[in-house]
Amino acid sequence: MAEQPKREKTPRGGGNGLSRRDFLKGTGAAVSAGVLVTEDLLRAQTQRTSPVVGPGPVPVTLRINGQPRQLTVEPRTTLLDALRNHLDLTGAKKVCDRGTCGACTVLLDGRAIYACTMLAIDAARGQEITTIEGLAPQEQLHPVSAAFVEHDAQQCGFCTPGFVMAAVAYLRENPNPTYEQVTHALGGNLCRCGTYMGVRHAVVEAALRGKGGRS
Amino acid sequence: MAETPKPPAQATIEWPPAGRRRLIGQRISRLDGPAKASGRAKYSYDVNRPGMLHAKLVFSTQARARITAIDTSAAEKMPGVRAIHLILQPGAEVRWVGQEILALAADTEEQARDAARAVKISYEPLPHLVADVPPEQAGTERVQQLREQTEGDPDAGLQQADVIFEGEYGCAVITHCCLEAHGQVAEWNEDNLTVWASTQNVSGLAPQFAQGLQAAGIPVQASQVRVLTPVMGGGFGSKFAADTWGVACAALARKAGRPVKLMLERDHELLAAGSRPSMYARVRVGAKRDGTLTVWHSESWGTGGPSAAGTPNLPYVIGAGRNPVLPKRSRHTAVFTDIGPARAWRAPNHPQMCLITMCALDDLAAKLQMDPLDFFLKNLQYTERPEVYREELLKAADLIGWREKWRPREEALRAKGPVKRGLGLSLHTWGGRGHNSTCQVTIHPDGSVEVAIGSQDLGTGTRTVIGIVAAETLGLPLEAVTVKIGSNEYPPSGASGGSTTVGGVSSSTRDAATNALNQLLAKVAPALGVPAEQLEAREGRIQVKDDPSRNLSWKQACARLGTTPITASGQTQASLISSGVGGVQMAEVAVDVETGIVRVEKMVAVQDCGLIIDLKTAESQCYGAMIMGICYALYEEKIMDQLTGHCLNPDMEFYKLAGIGDIGELVVHMMTGPRYEERGVIGLGEPPVISPGAAISNAVANAIGVRVPYLPLTPDRVLAALEAKGGAV
Ligand code: FES
Ligand code: FES
Repeated sequence: MAEQPKREKTPRGGGNGLSRRDFLKGTGAAVSAGVLVTEDLLRAQTQRTSPVVGPGPVPVTLRINGQPRQLTVEPRTTLLDALRNHLDLTGAKKVCDRGTCGACTVLLDGRAIYACTMLAIDAARGQEITTIEGLAPQEQLHPVSAAFVEHDAQQCGFCTPGFVMAAVAYLRENPNPTYEQVTHALGGNLCRCGTYMGVRHAVVEAALRGKGGRS
Repeated sequence: MAETPKPPAQATIEWPPAGRRRLIGQRISRLDGPAKASGRAKYSYDVNRPGMLHAKLVFSTQARARITAIDTSAAEKMPGVRAIHLILQPGAEVRWVGQEILALAADTEEQARDAARAVKISYEPLPHLVADVPPEQAGTERVQQLREQTEGDPDAGLQQADVIFEGEYGCAVITHCCLEAHGQVAEWNEDNLTVWASTQNVSGLAPQFAQGLQAAGIPVQASQVRVLTPVMGGGFGSKFAADTWGVACAALARKAGRPVKLMLERDHELLAAGSRPSMYARVRVGAKRDGTLTVWHSESWGTGGPSAAGTPNLPYVIGAGRNPVLPKRSRHTAVFTDIGPARAWRAPNHPQMCLITMCALDDLAAKLQMDPLDFFLKNLQYTERPEVYREELLKAADLIGWREKWRPREEALRAKGPVKRGLGLSLHTWGGRGHNSTCQVTIHPDGSVEVAIGSQDLGTGTRTVIGIVAAETLGLPLEAVTVKIGSNEYPPSGASGGSTTVGGVSSSTRDAATNALNQLLAKVAPALGVPAEQLEAREGRIQVKDDPSRNLSWKQACARLGTTPITASGQTQASLISSGVGGVQMAEVAVDVETGIVRVEKMVAVQDCGLIIDLKTAESQCYGAMIMGICYALYEEKIMDQLTGHCLNPDMEFYKLAGIGDIGELVVHMMTGPRYEERGVIGLGEPPVISPGAAISNAVANAIGVRVPYLPLTPDRVLAALEAKGGAV
């Protein structure tokens, strides 16, 4: 039958090329995987860079939306918590906090990642982080956001920033997707209100307008 | 909630007739869309206040136990910890894993989590039941038989039947899984409390906070509690109360003298913040050879956790009509379990009743060797609105291609290859009468307009509906109206549950805007030289009805107010609203009989809801409900482990929701126009979420020739049903 579409084409597990889903495939121990992923990232981090940091708060500089932002966080603080709790950038939402739902999607050097599966200290190596706040200047709407409004691709809207960011990243790489490709590409985001019909239309239309990827 | 509002003082207030509407019924984008799609909208979870602390809850790890000791000594000494609030005391009994025991607040989220982990709770375990078992296996102290319902002569009905079908059906406990977790930020300013709450009940929360805090020894009155919810991330019936965590959050903020944020973690959200009761039934249903139903018998049961979840009314839709009466006997037994409390879940009890009824009737039709479409058409006299359902059934059949595609069960199963296709249908109903709502409209001398209602927008489009009605009534573009909702400082309005909001707020807004406009017309009538009754507001002007060339622009008219704005209030108007809708859904599925995987290929929803205010958000409600329906039909189940008493899937990997690739092609058709619109506004949030489970289950039965009795229709259940029948072909 009915081959099940792959939920996700682009791994979003952070900067080590370790996607959460690849990781799950490897271990089959999904229940505690949230913690394990984090540890794995930490290990990867410490292998590449010494000295060891923490466990207390450490100063880090994140490049967010074109600006360097200094903050002090514990090494275990996720990028998502750093954004939301320390920098008041609350466009990325916390829903599952373990790489399942996509509500926390931001761009890391242009690639969509789940900000809840990456540590802030790992995102502080000069990578360019783009949050939804950085897509368009205040009072303006990015074309993908505008297409979401036009096609009512949102109800409560809590999943919406994640979908918008995933769509922006995808359209940059794939400016002319089909309806089916969009459906596959956004499989890493979940919506409870059931806005998928609008999302499909919005992303395809944003692509048709040829503005999808450029802000 | 659905009391009949007071009759209006003057002439009966009406909606503009079809030809005169400029905005009502159009496809209009939601007003808060740009704020949401740009990430600028601030949900309760996003509120960060200066000096704010983060709180975490410690909850029961036992399904049933007595708390023997609570040791917070280590937690108190942890870095950053500022306050601890006990919700339960030693000696108290806990009734589910996830029941809140205490809350604590610390400077950072990480510190709060560490401290919560350092709290030691000792328990004396008690026997628990978390398995979803029938009453005879639950033990007498855990069951309560609810009212038996008898109509007509059910024994005679059995005698008259030529064909009788007996079957068992049901659906598991599921959760609400709102993407914005339950919770709030609480901040005190002297003795006044502000709560940014993720709630469906802005106007009704303050008394609950006051009561809860008083019980915790903090004297505060409802008048001192301000509740703010400009946007919220989903409720679906689970967010009406202040809740233990709300009171705990405010108490912590009081103790610490700092604002506190307490949002539930995802596991807790799924364990304790709302679930939909299960329902199962053994059904006996009979009909004449020509398909006319003669009788319904059912023995049903289900669990809503520690308390009963109401008596279902079986059969559903078919058999609800009074003329003729379908003879029936139905009994329901509630089973009390330790799985956590149920909360209203979008259309409480309806999806379950619908599943049991529509599946049993579909199986009876199969036994009669009738096309279910013909069978249902034949029995519409047993419904409350035969004409509506007939029209909707034919429309839906047309949209899904029923007559061309439908095959009898056996034939579908003989199709080549492992993938079998099938069609199923279902009928549903809902009330949806507008709740009590009050509205205030202010027209300022500079022409600006404000509409204020103590309501909330759950994502249904409430804010936009209010704006559309006000703008339509005042003859202004939508952008000229500022809609203010999401605060209990605005005129009180009902909670958003049961599809009651759109009727309430649209009619109170129409009333208030009409009253405000009448004041304005009276003010400017002398300038236009006619009595106020001969004036109307259209296209940004106040003009003479018979001679539109005599007019004032809106701005000019408002300038005549001098320095005093007009304020007028309005309330829910019975003449503008109604209740009771019918809907039909049909599903086409593909089932792989080797893997057991079910895929929804296409679904059609045909729905009436009276006068539609915003067609775009109305259609979104239907699409969203169908998708939510696919979720509970195929994936969702709160899986409990009887041995440990724990929920096995309190996370979003294993508590499955449909993704964008799982929904197939969805088609929505709204019944509009004459005979529908004159009924006025009727709620739409619940009805389209009721039928998907039944329609999909019936489609699967049609595809594989055997009933998969329980939702969700997971591969293991599909394969087990095939196995019981003797395998696929
Ligand atoms: S919150 Fe990060 S994927 Fe769900
Ligand atoms: S719009 Fe509510 S979760 Fe997607």
